[in-house]
Amino acid sequence: MREMLKMIIVLTVLCSFSGGLLAALRNETMEKIENQQLEFVKGPAIRNILKGSSNDPIADRFKIKVGETEKSFFVGKFDGKAETVVFESTGKGFGGDFGIMLGVNVADDKIIGIGVTTHSETPGIGSRAQTDPRFAAQFKGLPLAGDFKVKSEGGQVDAISGATVTSKGVAGAVTDAVKTYVSLKPQLAEKLKGFK
Amino acid sequence: MAKTLTQEFTKGLWAEIPPFRLVLGLCPILAVTKSVENAIGMGAAVVFVLVGSNVLVSLLRKIIPSKVRIACFIIVVATFVTVVELLMQAYTYPLFLKLGIFIPLIVVNCIPLGRAEAFAYKNGIIPSFADGLGLGIGYAMSLTALGAIREVFGSGTFYGNQVFGPSFQPFNFMIEAPGAFVCLGLMLCVMNFVGKKA
Repeated sequence: MREMLKMIIVLTVLCSFSGGLLAALRNETMEKIENQQLEFVKGPAIRNILKGSSNDPIADRFKIKVGETEKSFFVGKFDGKAETVVFESTGKGFGGDFGIMLGVNVADDKIIGIGVTTHSETPGIGSRAQTDPRFAAQFKGLPLAGDFKVKSEGGQVDAISGATVTSKGVAGAVTDAVKTYVSLKPQLAEKLKGFK
Repeated sequence: MAKTLTQEFTKGLWAEIPPFRLVLGLCPILAVTKSVENAIGMGAAVVFVLVGSNVLVSLLRKIIPSKVRIACFIIVVATFVTVVELLMQAYTYPLFLKLGIFIPLIVVNCIPLGRAEAFAYKNGIIPSFADGLGLGIGYAMSLTALGAIREVFGSGTFYGNQVFGPSFQPFNFMIEAPGAFVCLGLMLCVMNFVGKKA
């Protein structure tokens, strides 16, 4: 009986100590890890879209609650004016879900650029949506109205040859992102004032 | 206590060097030794876990009941591994992306658990520290040596720097897992050869 009690006590104490330590460490490092993930996973796409901005878009970010989740928005300053935001959206590709970053100019409601962040598309085919700048460049300057579609469906975007599913997915993700943007615009404009 | 502290430390570097003599921890050896950088990162993580778990197990050896000792060892080892994982994510994220799942898998690689059972549970704190440090460094050295050989022949680079001219054709076999096996076998062969002579 005594031995049993000892086993229970030792295991309980050890487990709770370990749990407490790890929880504390997790709290400590949470912000740092989030920054690192942003920097290395989403950072390249964000910086590419906001090339030439005078601030650090990853440091200048804010969050808005959308339904149950919080969405991060990255602010880009050009000529001293904070009028562009970049945010993430997801789409369905050939190999599963992928993430895109969409940059929007709030002043004239035009797309300033897009970039694919994480994906599991076929290397060399669907992955060109991320690596081929010509595909992403087509979205640049398009007004934020209506749906985005590939040309074979009567839209405005040339699909990547051999990667129609991926291209449609990107167009769909941009469409979703634009819807999010339109519904959040008043809040966005309010938040952006804080960065001037 | 016949062995001195120095012996406890140095046995991990040659006589009981983990992947070759104990033939433990082979899974990460095959997976992460594609480059020197990965190998050093993995080695450092193992040194930390091994030293930490050895010291803590040795410290607690009087109060851990022998019937539940394995469960206790696993908690201790898992705690240290999670600490390493969180710290790597926070400070060396690109390395963490490359090592990926093999950091959490240190828990199930038999070295920390094996040392806790075979050594730290029976010995004092200072010998356990020396034992952990020696074996950890031995493991890290083996990973680095294997990583160096595979990286030089497999991709023609060393720590990311080109070593051969641009005309070098990479020997792809070395980068794949079977290449690691063959390489490991050859290294063990050389070690046995040298060991016998001495």
